[in-house]
Amino acid sequence: MDLLNGLVAFLNFVFIPAVAYGSQLALGALGVTLIYGILRFSNFAHGDTMAFGTAMTILVTWALQSAGISFGPLPTALIALPLGIAATALLVLGTDRAVYRFYRDAKAAPVILVVASMGVMFVMNGLVRFIIGVEEIQFTDGERFIINARAFKEWSGLEEGLALRTTQLLTVVVAAIAVALLFWFLNRTRTGKSMRAFSDNEDLALLSGINPDRVVAVTWIIVAALATTAGVLYGLDKSFKAFTYYQLLLPIFAAAVVGGLGNPLGAIAGGFVIAFSEVMVTYAWKQVVAYAAPGDWMPSGLLQLMSTEYKFAVSFAILIIVLLFKPTGLFKGQSV
Amino acid sequence: MIEVHDLHKHFGGFRAVDGASLAIRKGSITGLIGPNGAGKTTLFNVIAGRLSPTSGRVTMAGEDITGLPPHELFHKGLLRTFQIAHEFSSMTVRENLMMVPPNQAGESIWSAWFARGRIRQEERALARKADEVLDFLTISHFADEKAGNLSGGQKKLLELGRTMMVDARIVFLDEVGAGVNRTLLNTIADAIVRLNKERGYTFCVIEHDMDFIGRLCDPVIVMAQGKVLAEGSAREIMQNEAVIEAYLGTGLKNKATA
Ligand SMILES: Nc1ncnc2c1ncn2[C@@H]1O[C@H](COP(=O)(O)OP(=O)(O)O)[C@@H](O)[C@H]1O
Ligand SMILES: [Mg+2]
Repeated sequence: MDLLNGLVAFLNFVFIPAVAYGSQLALGALGVTLIYGILRFSNFAHGDTMAFGTAMTILVTWALQSAGISFGPLPTALIALPLGIAATALLVLGTDRAVYRFYRDAKAAPVILVVASMGVMFVMNGLVRFIIGVEEIQFTDGERFIINARAFKEWSGLEEGLALRTTQLLTVVVAAIAVALLFWFLNRTRTGKSMRAFSDNEDLALLSGINPDRVVAVTWIIVAALATTAGVLYGLDKSFKAFTYYQLLLPIFAAAVVGGLGNPLGAIAGGFVIAFSEVMVTYAWKQVVAYAAPGDWMPSGLLQLMSTEYKFAVSFAILIIVLLFKPTGLFKGQSV
Repeated sequence: MIEVHDLHKHFGGFRAVDGASLAIRKGSITGLIGPNGAGKTTLFNVIAGRLSPTSGRVTMAGEDITGLPPHELFHKGLLRTFQIAHEFSSMTVRENLMMVPPNQAGESIWSAWFARGRIRQEERALARKADEVLDFLTISHFADEKAGNLSGGQKKLLELGRTMMVDARIVFLDEVGAGVNRTLLNTIADAIVRLNKERGYTFCVIEHDMDFIGRLCDPVIVMAQGKVLAEGSAREIMQNEAVIEAYLGTGLKNKATA
């Protein structure tokens, strides 16, 4: 019984949250890694691109809600998502036209593009706050739980409850669909293959008749879709706040780097590595250990390695370790 | 076929190509030789749209193609290979060839999803074509090998193979023979001659191996210090005093008389 209780506590407080968070990071990191692989720079504006996409989706959600449209047990934001993606695609295509294309044509060094993306980051940052404000926004609606903690306790007779929120399951399902579509696109379609070719060897891709403008445009559209989806899923699971999304940049970069920048599979693996590390390091294991230990022994401390305020330090530490010891990441990416 | 008029390419103050003018006759296999640093590769880079010229003009069949980007030149039938072979290292040899289809334009995501049957058919046709090319080049056994694992010489063959996936009109080969063993070099030479005879490809070939040049190329153009120094048959070139001077100490004379 105690072991079962321990397991349920683990699932409830560590596993389920980490899987949901990991899916969100994976989608975010996929966007970063695609830009790195194809446009060859680290996009610091990615967190704010997520924020913009989410803000747009929230506006559409509100409009739908006030028009009385809902999605039954699922969040209305899912219906709004395609419009949010479209708006974000326009924004990033416009940004590319106005900013990045200039540096690309001038064959600027990657570091210059990185700095340009920081500029874009500040502009988007302001834009998002101007549009939707700085407050925390809850925009999830529909059924809140798939498994409710109290119902679970009554059903199982355990002391520990297990809760599975709709948004958590939704996150994993939507992320899985998005990743499947992305890999189908990259591996099966000619456009996707030409993107991979472009990422592998730009000179040769150009000589093979691949139109670079088209590759760049398609990349931005995919990135907009990934970023908006990641942002909306994160916001549904937790909440939306412009500043939080800006902060997400760190774990997302850490995920992309851990997996090997430029490598899509790596980005997904990296997302889960970061999410699990963060959740496990900041979780107080006291209860789980007490259940697992024989007899009535109870640890005296909380068994929490780090308080949750420091969760970003985990990403930071992992980022440093990977850059020092294995700069190409777990899966072979382009060396950073 | 191709005419180059008073072409200049300067890097800062350095004149890598310094007023070169030359013509490549349709149907010829034109050799381009010259000591290292003569500006041959730079000339290729400018013609093939990788670098824009400082000044001067390039025309193809009378049409001005100066400064067009590589992918547009590709669709006009102008292709090139690199001095240091390029490949899509993470793809197999067959997939490398299949990246160069006859007409790439026009695929949308929608057609990719809804016309999957037709696309699969096209892919199969493309795979067959790639296999024919590999057969032609006698490297069929590498079809499923990752291209990054090939030797330098095999990569050169693969580069030549890419040009065979489409109906090229003119192909620029940069040092096809560098780092390639005798047997492979003969295979490459045979392929070039056959493509020239059977499919009407025009070639412009940079090569240091004078046997190779003498066997394949007519005419031969000599560059030195960014300028065209001489042009003529391989025999004439090897006896040209100015050319021997430009090559002094590099052993051309020995090779020419050997
Ligand atoms: N991107 C570049 N920047 C500066 N100098 C260059 C560049 N590319 C080539 N060069 C110089 O131009 C000269 C001609 O080079 P290249 O065309 O490669 O000669 P070749 O192919 O005949 O050996 C060389 O001296 C080389 O150092
Ligand atoms: Mg050269």
